[in-house]
Amino acid sequence: MSDYNFAYLDEETKRMIRRAILKGVAIPGYQVPFASREMPMPYGWGTGGVQVTAACLTPEDVLKVIDQGADDTTNAVSIRKFFQLTAGVEVTEATAGASLIQTRHRIPEAALTEGQIVVFQVPIPEPLRFLEPRETETRKMHELEEYGLMHVKLYEDIARHGQIATAYAYPVKVEGRYVMDPSPIPKFDNPKLDGSPALMLFGAGREQRIYALPPYTKVVSLDFEDHPFEPSKADHDCDLCGASDTYLDEVIVDDQGGRMFVCSDTDHCRCRREAGHVGRLGVAA
Amino acid sequence: MDAASLSGGFADTAREAARAFRASLDAMARPGTLHTVTGALPPAPLSPAAGALILTLADTTTGVHLAPSHDVAALRDWITFHTGAPLVGPEAAVFAVGTWASLQPLDRFPIGRADYPDRSATLIVEMPALAASGVRLTGPGIKETAQLSLPETEAFLQNAQRFPLGLDFFFTAGDQLAALPRTTKVEPN
Repeated sequence: MSDYNFAYLDEETKRMIRRAILKGVAIPGYQVPFASREMPMPYGWGTGGVQVTAACLTPEDVLKVIDQGADDTTNAVSIRKFFQLTAGVEVTEATAGASLIQTRHRIPEAALTEGQIVVFQVPIPEPLRFLEPRETETRKMHELEEYGLMHVKLYEDIARHGQIATAYAYPVKVEGRYVMDPSPIPKFDNPKLDGSPALMLFGAGREQRIYALPPYTKVVSLDFEDHPFEPSKADHDCDLCGASDTYLDEVIVDDQGGRMFVCSDTDHCRCRREAGHVGRLGVAA
Repeated sequence: MDAASLSGGFADTAREAARAFRASLDAMARPGTLHTVTGALPPAPLSPAAGALILTLADTTTGVHLAPSHDVAALRDWITFHTGAPLVGPEAAVFAVGTWASLQPLDRFPIGRADYPDRSATLIVEMPALAASGVRLTGPGIKETAQLSLPETEAFLQNAQRFPLGLDFFFTAGDQLAALPRTTKVEPN
């Protein structure tokens, strides 16, 4: 393992990223620009998250990597192997046993704890980007706290669909100041951002932004008095473990229209099955 | 340059800097908590904790300001040799190091711009001692309240009122450090 600097990045790059992370923590929800490096994986595969993780890892860390809640999908497996090779850190699939969790688009179901760090992979960090394409303008809008456009967008959702149709990357307001994109997590996960005991860091590699939510930060999902925010999930129980309170993936199981719903968080589902919970299509462990 | 300036850096840069950064990240994310950092042995009057912060965060792109209490040749040489950071006046400082009294007045340091509030200085305040007692802290990173032995309260009250602009602080004593971001609200206990 001696062919790489610890955690892959050179020290100068880590210092630059570390300075950005500290400013991000000091200004919750504000997107700090950073000089994102080219990583040995394509944009869209979590280069921002990987750089934040590389800057935060210590040799004592236990790393967990999930992709849409699963520990065993391509993105998660390759990033986990990357840090095993370049940092030599211990890895785990158990949420409770991890000190640093890099995630693509989910927050684990198990309650996070103080001292844990969650690193989110972010494709488009600017919540206003699809409403206003110019960076100069969106920066001005954040400066002036001019977020009316975002409420117009949510209102148009209601006018068109009868409800707020945004189901993921649901915008939040942080400590009453910055509107922030929580990355494409399902809005089911938004309540877990508020007052979380864990530190949450967000890295966008292609867009060169880092932002953060310190522990116990107030995070409010935007809504209207008469259309309050509602975290939603598929109206089923997990078919493997029977959980009724987890975010579910829909899996097509044959070409006859058969389908099943399973926990998106594979570690949580396995723990429940090992504890004896059995769902509609599950088999007793 | 004295030969002594060449020693006192990290022995294992990548790993020791990683641990020092994690301690400083934990401190900044949870104001009022104390953390121990080791590995740096800077010349007097810089504390090992402040030395570790400088080695971990400063480089050729970040101006470091030495307040009068710390503006000595041995320390200038040490920072220059180990980080390459330019030594600058308070107006250009990304990091500033000194005792609380010698860092005054604080309004000389950049507090960021309304469109780029991150372009603000981080002050490393050398303290005689640190304790998780004294001034009451609330805000992001703090579950209910925390306490920290701050040198005063008024300056931090004013700093928090300017949010999202403002200065961020590390406090160091020996091998211990704590932090106070601009979001933390302070009140006398």
